Amino acid sequence: MILLNSREIIGGLNMAERELVIPGDLLGEGIAGSGTYMENGKIYASVLGLAERKDKLIFVIPLNGIYSPKTGDGVIGKIEDVAFSHWIVNINSPYFGVLPLNEAVTDFVDLTKTDLTKYFNYDDIIFAKISNVTKTKSVQLTMKDRKCRKLYGGRLIKITPAKVPRVIGKGGSMVEMIKKYTGCQIVVGQNGIVWIKGEKEDLAIEAIQCIEEKSHTTGLTDKIKEMLENGEGDKNGTKANS
Amino acid sequence: MISIDPDVIKELADKGLRIDRRAFDEYRPIKIETGIIEKAEGSAKVELGGTKVIAGVKMEVGEPFPDSPDEGVLITNAEFLAFAHQEFEEGPPNEDSIELARVVDRAIRESKAINFKKLCIEEGKKVWIIFIDIDILDHDGNLIDAASLAAIAALLNAKFPKLEIVEEGDEKKYTIDYEQKTDPLPIEQRPITITAAKINGKILLDPNIAEESAVEGEISMGVTDNMIASIQKSSPGGFSIEEINHIAEISLKKAAEIRGLLK
Amino acid sequence: MGKVIKMEQKLIVDGKRLDGRALDQLRPIEARAGVLKNANGSAYFRIGKTIAVAGIFGPREVHPKHMEEAETAILRCKYNMASFSTTERNRPGPSRRSKEISKVMREALMPVLFLENFPKSAIDLHVEILQADASTRCAAINAASIALADAGIPMRDLIASCSVGIVEGHIVLDVAGKEDTEGDVDLPIAYYPKRDLITLLQMDGMVTKEQLKQLLELAKKGAMKIYEIQRQALKSKYMEE
Repeated sequence: MILLNSREIIGGLNMAERELVIPGDLLGEGIAGSGTYMENGKIYASVLGLAERKDKLIFVIPLNGIYSPKTGDGVIGKIEDVAFSHWIVNINSPYFGVLPLNEAVTDFVDLTKTDLTKYFNYDDIIFAKISNVTKTKSVQLTMKDRKCRKLYGGRLIKITPAKVPRVIGKGGSMVEMIKKYTGCQIVVGQNGIVWIKGEKEDLAIEAIQCIEEKSHTTGLTDKIKEMLENGEGDKNGTKANS
Repeated sequence: MISIDPDVIKELADKGLRIDRRAFDEYRPIKIETGIIEKAEGSAKVELGGTKVIAGVKMEVGEPFPDSPDEGVLITNAEFLAFAHQEFEEGPPNEDSIELARVVDRAIRESKAINFKKLCIEEGKKVWIIFIDIDILDHDGNLIDAASLAAIAALLNAKFPKLEIVEEGDEKKYTIDYEQKTDPLPIEQRPITITAAKINGKILLDPNIAEESAVEGEISMGVTDNMIASIQKSSPGGFSIEEINHIAEISLKKAAEIRGLLK
Repeated sequence: MGKVIKMEQKLIVDGKRLDGRALDQLRPIEARAGVLKNANGSAYFRIGKTIAVAGIFGPREVHPKHMEEAETAILRCKYNMASFSTTERNRPGPSRRSKEISKVMREALMPVLFLENFPKSAIDLHVEILQADASTRCAAINAASIALADAGIPMRDLIASCSVGIVEGHIVLDVAGKEDTEGDVDLPIAYYPKRDLITLLQMDGMVTKEQLKQLLELAKKGAMKIYEIQRQALKSKYMEE
């Protein structure tokens, strides 16, 4: 059974085309993608979400859920522990990430003389890539990618990992729009952590929170654009109380 | 101690076999001894295969519950002793021992095995309280059936201690002389609990400890001659209605056999 | 010493119950998903006067660590009755009854969860009974199922739960109030529709094999009605906009 990641496929697809499904709903026959399971040759939804079909692949975009680490994901994490030759990183998941020294630093490091906190210290925020996830959920991180770096200053917010594709948008269109209107640097981790730094951080945060709440509705891009154009945004208004 | 792989148990079940060569509806050898604890008002030890359980009955005099002023009280408790199994820990009752006590209690209570009205001493004021305490000494599977059997055997073995009522002016003073035993307790039914386990889709009775690691669910039914008085499904898993009806059928049958072992 | 004379009030008259229901009728139900802000998933389930609220955190790291399972998530359930939920105040703290219910509730829900997807983690479920008018464990399981789906936890199906009983010789669906305290039989079930399996089954009372058959069939029908209401609750959360 091939489990293909639906995240690469969604982003800008029309929400109205998708059916809201409940775990146990019969989706049809084909290839079982993420958010589904197969029983007796038929595919059923395994999560509450929006069902989508792409040729033979049937998958469900979840409306909620924790972050399950996947190889290749870019994540924002916090250094939780500094060990002798690696760091333990909180990646907003029941599983923490391990960043080995040789995946983070290219210089030769004399461990008898150097304290690893010189490179990354407790509570430092980093953007890293997941290089491997074992079956028992040991997560290995690497900083060997040009996008990986330590993130200084700015603010962090947590969103539902399932909503990350909507925040990024098709080809990055949504996040680019927010960056443009708010003059902020924005890094979106697949693990639901978003880092924002710049002029109108509050406005950027509000826009992102609005996307999270309304991610399943149509015309979202226009709504967000309108909100950004109105400038500062009403700190009491647009954020709905839960 | 080497534990048997649950997959082996499942494969055997699929072939109609059990690890100890029993039939699906066969119980392990049962041994019942009564009156083994002289200081208790009633007692019984049950061995079911390697499982060993002692039930003791103690009686006290106390107040009835407000909504049943002319009825005695039954309190059932179970202790899973730490030496009964490597994984049992010292401490207050955990969910398994609480469940066991409540399931044993349920069968006795719902089958109306005890005539509570005959435990009334003075309506609204004083009634007999029956304590059934179950000690699990050795866990080799199917603790519920062994404990239930020990409980009913102990109740059948039990006798009231001598009660002296002395009137001191307006008040009555109640003294129990535990050294003297009088009449048997008013036991009017003999409920037997039968536990059925589902392994790899097959239903079998009296699972031993190895089999319990491979179950997809267990159902325990407390039954009298022709009625079912209590049901408890335990362990994660599920049963179809057909399976439950089948279990009711075989439980009633098997209970009749086991009831015959009680004196 | 005066004797209290009990007024003999029949619980069932002409096929109608004290609250006007037919023998095979459920009490009015209200179900909502996503009612708590912090919990990963949550639900409100009300049937008649019985109210249950379920909240879930997880899958998340297991504390204490020694409880974690190498290959699956563990499901930890707590059923609790609020002190103000019963006619006479209920002392705070777990009772033996609530511990038993927590256990059977967990065992009823486990079969549908893909626990193997989250090794070494815990799914922590708490269900609080805010008001108790019989069949509270059923309301708890119904709320828990909705909350689990709301949390985005992968599941094979929802679990629906209801009770059946025998009152004054009649077989009834959804035991309530006096039917619980004065009835002859109380039988709660939990049902897994996709596989047609009963995952919770308990009974107090005395029944024949034949009565058991009838009770189970009626319970299954009731559970299927509740299942549809649970599904609606989940859909409503997202269709409101």
